[in-house]
Amino acid sequence: MTSSETTYKIRNNQSVPLDRIPTYDYSEFRVLMIDLLKNGENHCVNYFAYQCNNRLQFIACVASDSKAIIHLLAHEMDLSATVALQSLTADIPALHLFEREIHENFGIAFTAHPWLKPVRFAHNRKNKTAINDYPFYSIKSEELHEVGVGPIHAGIIEPGHFRFICNGENVLHLEIQLGWQHRGIEELFVQKKKILERSTLAENIAGDTCIGHSTAFVNLWEGLCNYVPDESLEFARTIASELERIAIHTGDLSAICADIAYQLGNAVFGRLRTPIVNFFQEWGGNRLAKGLIRAGKINYPFTPELATRLLEILKVYEIDFDEISAKLFNLPSALNRMENIGEISPKEAYIIGTVGMVARTSGLNRDIRSSHPYNLYQKMDHQPIIKQTGDVHARAELRVDEIKQSIAYLRQLLNKVPASKQPEDHQFVSPANSFAISLTEGWRGEICHCAITDDKGELLAYKIKDPSHHNWMALAQVVRKNEISDFPICNKSFNLSYCGHDL
Amino acid sequence: MSNNLKILWHQGKQFIPDITTAQVPGIFRGRPVISSEDVDLAALEDLCPTHAIRINPVGIDMGKCTFCGECAMQFPNKIKFTKDYKLSATARGNLIIREGDENPLLINPDEIRKEIHRVFGKSLKLRQVSAGGDNSCEMELNAVNNVQFDMSRFGIEFVASPRHADGIVITGPITKNMTRPLQICYDAIPDPKLIILAGTDAISGGIFADSPAIDRRFLSAHSIDLFVPGNPIHPLTFINGILALTGRL
Repeated sequence: MTSSETTYKIRNNQSVPLDRIPTYDYSEFRVLMIDLLKNGENHCVNYFAYQCNNRLQFIACVASDSKAIIHLLAHEMDLSATVALQSLTADIPALHLFEREIHENFGIAFTAHPWLKPVRFAHNRKNKTAINDYPFYSIKSEELHEVGVGPIHAGIIEPGHFRFICNGENVLHLEIQLGWQHRGIEELFVQKKKILERSTLAENIAGDTCIGHSTAFVNLWEGLCNYVPDESLEFARTIASELERIAIHTGDLSAICADIAYQLGNAVFGRLRTPIVNFFQEWGGNRLAKGLIRAGKINYPFTPELATRLLEILKVYEIDFDEISAKLFNLPSALNRMENIGEISPKEAYIIGTVGMVARTSGLNRDIRSSHPYNLYQKMDHQPIIKQTGDVHARAELRVDEIKQSIAYLRQLLNKVPASKQPEDHQFVSPANSFAISLTEGWRGEICHCAITDDKGELLAYKIKDPSHHNWMALAQVVRKNEISDFPICNKSFNLSYCGHDL
Repeated sequence: MSNNLKILWHQGKQFIPDITTAQVPGIFRGRPVISSEDVDLAALEDLCPTHAIRINPVGIDMGKCTFCGECAMQFPNKIKFTKDYKLSATARGNLIIREGDENPLLINPDEIRKEIHRVFGKSLKLRQVSAGGDNSCEMELNAVNNVQFDMSRFGIEFVASPRHADGIVITGPITKNMTRPLQICYDAIPDPKLIILAGTDAISGGIFADSPAIDRRFLSAHSIDLFVPGNPIHPLTFINGILALTGRL
């Protein structure tokens, strides 16, 4: 029995009746998962549980990095059953957080899980450990000391707690405790029935990835309801996705410069973000593109005049961007603070299950735009930029290269602006007892949304996975053996989402 | 070195010379204006994802509005969003725009605590706490400090510790999990101190208002000095609001 015959294979933005997903005994499911994930080309994009009547249903989604297919497989158990499941984490460490979430929300015991700790302290969790009683790892030693940072940090950023165990200046261990931002967003998706409410929620999952998440939602919803978007909608979503990448990457480069005390870089990259976000406002009335992406329509059609305007903005932007980038990567004092700092090897990146920028800077070819293309990426033959060194330098340089690539894509796309229809509300009807999945490549990395409908076609569960879900563990690992004073630059080079993780 | 100077020269003048009169580009959705046209009121009220629209008479609560613009799209003759970014208010009720209200929103100095102008009129240091914020208001608060908006020209800055601060700027709907850290941070700020709510989520809970994962009791226990609407707030809305609050306009 090979796993290729034993899973239901789905493509990005497709849906499937729930009863077509093969359901196994847990022991069989476990073997199949290991079989699938021992293959280096696959990684798990979602594995979650939801309650249906008196049963707990588990669905795993394993995506191939080379073929545009996603394997679906399931297991289930009675809600009142008290059986413990044998953890998969020891075999496939990248699954650790999925199992922890299932444990936290439903109280399922996983035996032999090495790190079965709370995830986000969800309001409706079964495991009632309080957020102030998080069981931190500690080492008893007179040589070592602990440093606690947060949840509130020195800058204007979201809350999260970092607990370091240090030997002098060197970090032996870092544990990151999240959950402070939990707003119960997945339950709100189910409770709020109007599409505008859900679009608004999608834009607020992580406001810095408004386009990434809202595009995942609308692509999923249109796929689920068998609505085929016209080219102008796909065009607008693709343009917006690349613009968001340019804007945030530019802001990140500014923040990286701030953390290495390179004032000029901080100021120049910081001000270069402005024309890009201001263009979002010219297009859709909001600097972070809230209100722009809607299912079945766009309220602010992309016009040829906007294309001309954007080309002008990019031309001016690129000259100054090239100049400051060249300077930054030739400045010995800047290079010294970036090279060999916060390194993660390709092997570690793979074991942790990293996605997006963190994966691509450690030699892993993971980019949904090329592996599971959606919107206009289906016609674009996107070639991901890959770096090998896995350090702060690689993550900074990747941003520069991706900005250049995004500008090239925009220029190519702006050659021909498809005509838009007048915005009109489409009445979406979601099919009963179905599962739908959508993957997008936000600027941080892979975003996965899954929806499950009940026998009336109403949403029964909505599952969101931000790329930060995988990558926080990578950040905790890379600071080991670094000086604690290098933590800010490591953290900034990852720039992970707190609210995207906490939901 | 010469290279750095050349780069500096190439930036030209980036700062906005007058923050109070700057124009925003494009189609910004700022202060709404509501006409007296007859429309299907039930449909209008039902449309809003955050119940910001009330009827009889029609009003928009900018503290609840996500500025998605859907109402203006579906009822273009009834509701228009102007490019006026001066949206801040010192009283919660002043954020409600009613049918026929066309004047800019002014902050009434009589509604501001007397000591604010005297104590904070020349220098104001703020601590930011994100309590369930989605990082959009946080990014715009960072932009407030960039070389273009440059709020620090007014002696108004964000500081790293509540012990250095004169006030707190809260973003996000205030999650249950953040209630304790928020309270600890607020208590650590020496008196007299300000509370500023930045963004729709902080002012009303926004789309999260009825989530069981949030706990807004902190806000009912304290009086709020400034409400800054937006989703996210525009840097110009924030800076102009604070200038008005501290009697600098």
